[in-house]
Amino acid sequence: MHSDRHIQLLESRTIWLLREAYARVRPLCLLWSVGKDSNALLWLARKAFFGRVPFPVVQLDTGLELDEVYEFRDRIAAEWKLDLRIEPCPPEPADPALPPASRAAARKTCGLQALIAREGYRGVLVGIRRDEQATRAKERVFSPRGPDGAWDVRNQPAEFWDLFETSVPEGGHLRIHPLLDWTELDIWRYTRAEGLPIVPLYFARDGKRFRSLGEKNITRPIASTAATIDEIIAELEATRVAERSGRTMDHETEDSFERLRTGGYL
Amino acid sequence: MSGAGQGPLELVVVGHVDHGKSTLIGRLLHDTGSLPEGRLPDLEAMCRRRGTVLEWSFVLDALQAERDQAVTIDTTRIGFRSARRRYVLIDAPGHREFLRHMIAGAASAAAALLVVDAAEGVREQTRRHAYLLHLLGIERIVVAVNKMDVAAYDQARFHAVAADLARHFEGLGIVPAAVVPVAARLGENLVSRSDAMRWHRGPTLLEALDRLPAAAAPAARPLRLPIQDVYRRDEKRVLVGRVESGTLRVGDELLFLPGGRTARVLTLEAWGRSPRVARTGDAVGLTIDQPLFVERGALAAHGAAPPTLVRRFRATLFWLSDRPLAVGGTYAMRLGTATVPVTVAAVERALDPVTLDAAPSAAVGRDDIAEVVLRAGTPVALDPHRVSPATGRFLLCEGPAVVAGGIVAAEPVVEQVDIHPVDHLLTANARAWRNGHKGAVIWLTGLSGSGKSTLAMMAEKALFARGFQVYVLDGDNVRRGLSQDLAFGPEDRAENIRRVGEVAALFADAGLVVITAFISPYRADRERARRAAGAAFHEVYLKASLEACEARDPKGLYRRARAGRIAEFTGVSAPYEVPEQPDLVLDTGMLAVEACVDQLVSYVERATALDTAVASTG
Repeated sequence: MHSDRHIQLLESRTIWLLREAYARVRPLCLLWSVGKDSNALLWLARKAFFGRVPFPVVQLDTGLELDEVYEFRDRIAAEWKLDLRIEPCPPEPADPALPPASRAAARKTCGLQALIAREGYRGVLVGIRRDEQATRAKERVFSPRGPDGAWDVRNQPAEFWDLFETSVPEGGHLRIHPLLDWTELDIWRYTRAEGLPIVPLYFARDGKRFRSLGEKNITRPIASTAATIDEIIAELEATRVAERSGRTMDHETEDSFERLRTGGYL
Repeated sequence: MSGAGQGPLELVVVGHVDHGKSTLIGRLLHDTGSLPEGRLPDLEAMCRRRGTVLEWSFVLDALQAERDQAVTIDTTRIGFRSARRRYVLIDAPGHREFLRHMIAGAASAAAALLVVDAAEGVREQTRRHAYLLHLLGIERIVVAVNKMDVAAYDQARFHAVAADLARHFEGLGIVPAAVVPVAARLGENLVSRSDAMRWHRGPTLLEALDRLPAAAAPAARPLRLPIQDVYRRDEKRVLVGRVESGTLRVGDELLFLPGGRTARVLTLEAWGRSPRVARTGDAVGLTIDQPLFVERGALAAHGAAPPTLVRRFRATLFWLSDRPLAVGGTYAMRLGTATVPVTVAAVERALDPVTLDAAPSAAVGRDDIAEVVLRAGTPVALDPHRVSPATGRFLLCEGPAVVAGGIVAAEPVVEQVDIHPVDHLLTANARAWRNGHKGAVIWLTGLSGSGKSTLAMMAEKALFARGFQVYVLDGDNVRRGLSQDLAFGPEDRAENIRRVGEVAALFADAGLVVITAFISPYRADRERARRAAGAAFHEVYLKASLEACEARDPKGLYRRARAGRIAEFTGVSAPYEVPEQPDLVLDTGMLAVEACVDQLVSYVERATALDTAVASTG
């Protein structure tokens, strides 16, 4: 049900969006969670700018990522000659009322805010996709954020005909989402087609694998025997289980993810 | 099967508020097995907490406020698949408040599903949405007459609604692919046939969607490549952009507009590859065989099938701002990668999209449609929307706000001048918008031999190529006429500088960027020039040591001054007062002249950029 041309056009569009962002919004940075999506985004940024990513690559670090994530990060950063900035996130979230599993996300939000305030970034490239989660389905490619990083869902700009509005709100920044149109399967097919390196946690070991990567204590692996990308693709073509079902923070209360996102989470 | 090269079919779902769009989508996702596991129990729990029956719209209405008010606020895109192909459904809000989101949703769609409530029938937003689909060029339309359960599955009611809709469609030239009676909440005639509506002989909704042709036949559209940016890669200049239509090949001769110069494609550039051809939708890099000045906003095409280059053109606007459209209003027009100031020269016809009544130049308010003539500040390359959508549509912006979307008319070129010119005093803003930049005095000061004339001339050329109205005042052209009565004594030199300052201020007021190239060694003289031009004055200090300037000595002046043959020569026998707070310092003693030109040009671009919040000229 897919074709190589479909993937090529997705790639082209993302490259075009990255160049659009670079032409119109500076300074920029790219958030790299080291997961499969921002990995693909990083690769696409290398393609868009002929091998050299012309802006810093930032990892928001809670210190709680799985060990394989850190190993992978350091290896790729060296191989791809990235301008990698590791941004430690504050130990406690600002809102103690948040349910426990949402706290790491809230810490990342704080880390991101501090980073933007310190470095003066006007644009932050993020590898989220519409099909991941219902509130992300309402995102814009160029999403304006106020001084506190908050998402004003009810007053988003209308995006027409790829004629994007890129003015930055006073004291705020733009979240830029060049992968919004991709699906989970598209990402895996692209990863396979391009031969991209990937954190080994995605591959099944002892009957379990991670489908979505988050912090140690709040991300559960799923039951799976998929040990290669081909097998992952076959598994996803058959499954009806939501991608983020292993992410505890999405499910604590009905609107916990929406609250995180309007508060500035990715 | 989806044909090779086909992505999902993007389908916008439109219709009047409360006619059941989100419910229809939620149920369709469920009935096609597209909901993730666990989503249905989640929904049931959510509805129990609110004490409602199962609301299928909650599948899409992801925001808490939407669930609580049972209204869709924002557009959602969600994928699903039938046995035949993949779809992306775009759920657009039906409430009039959110019209801009409906249009944005529809703007990216290839086909549309119009939902009409069987009991309520065709309503205001039904008509408006149908008109907008027509305006946006969406021709593949399926109609769902919904809530047939509420209408007691009445065949006569269905036909009455269908006939009413057909009358409205006829006025627009729309022929729907199918009209299907459905009860979305109960899943009747969506995927499975309804027992209660055996009288319906046509397709179910999903069958009707699956029968929509995959895409309009890929018409051989002309090449349109809006230039996005220019990168330096090794020693090459690489132009980047996206092929919006047509095919680009190595060796093609390209015409770059609005400049009008041509060059051949030397290479297509991709990381790790050297493609020979790029097709519609491809993001490309290319190098050309001529050292043309090309920048973001240029449009590349083949000379045999060029776009139209216009100054005044016809277009249809859908107005999105609370402030009514005003003749004489000036906006930033964004078309392709170009941004050009345009002024509304005339409103030829205002149209009520609900009744389709036309009124000659009535007031055009929010959500109204108007056929207008626009006057562009600089020539702009475009196409009729039917010929090339990507270069045939545009936005009008006021600061960060989009005030209108526009569709270039089938016959865009306007020959006549304004029939109803608007009286208004010309303001500095109006001049700035016509020129695309503000007026300025760029006052270069520095020792003889510091590079003022060279830099002025080179910057003038570079700025001119970027579309600036720019002029250099220097000793050569000023002494020839304006100051031909003056000699070279201290008083006459001061008077010369005074005249240059006053003339430069007038030039800046007229909207030009004027670069002056005079030693102007005295602070008092430069301050007087600053007072003449006010905020438009920019002092640029060319910093180079006396030794460096004397070593260059391009005209042999230092040699003659040292020999005592020139009296009161700055740096030798007269002082040079270094600027205390120059707006820009160019280290011409250390940097290559090209680097200084780049710095100066980018300074001028910044200093003369239009204010983003500039509104009308009136």
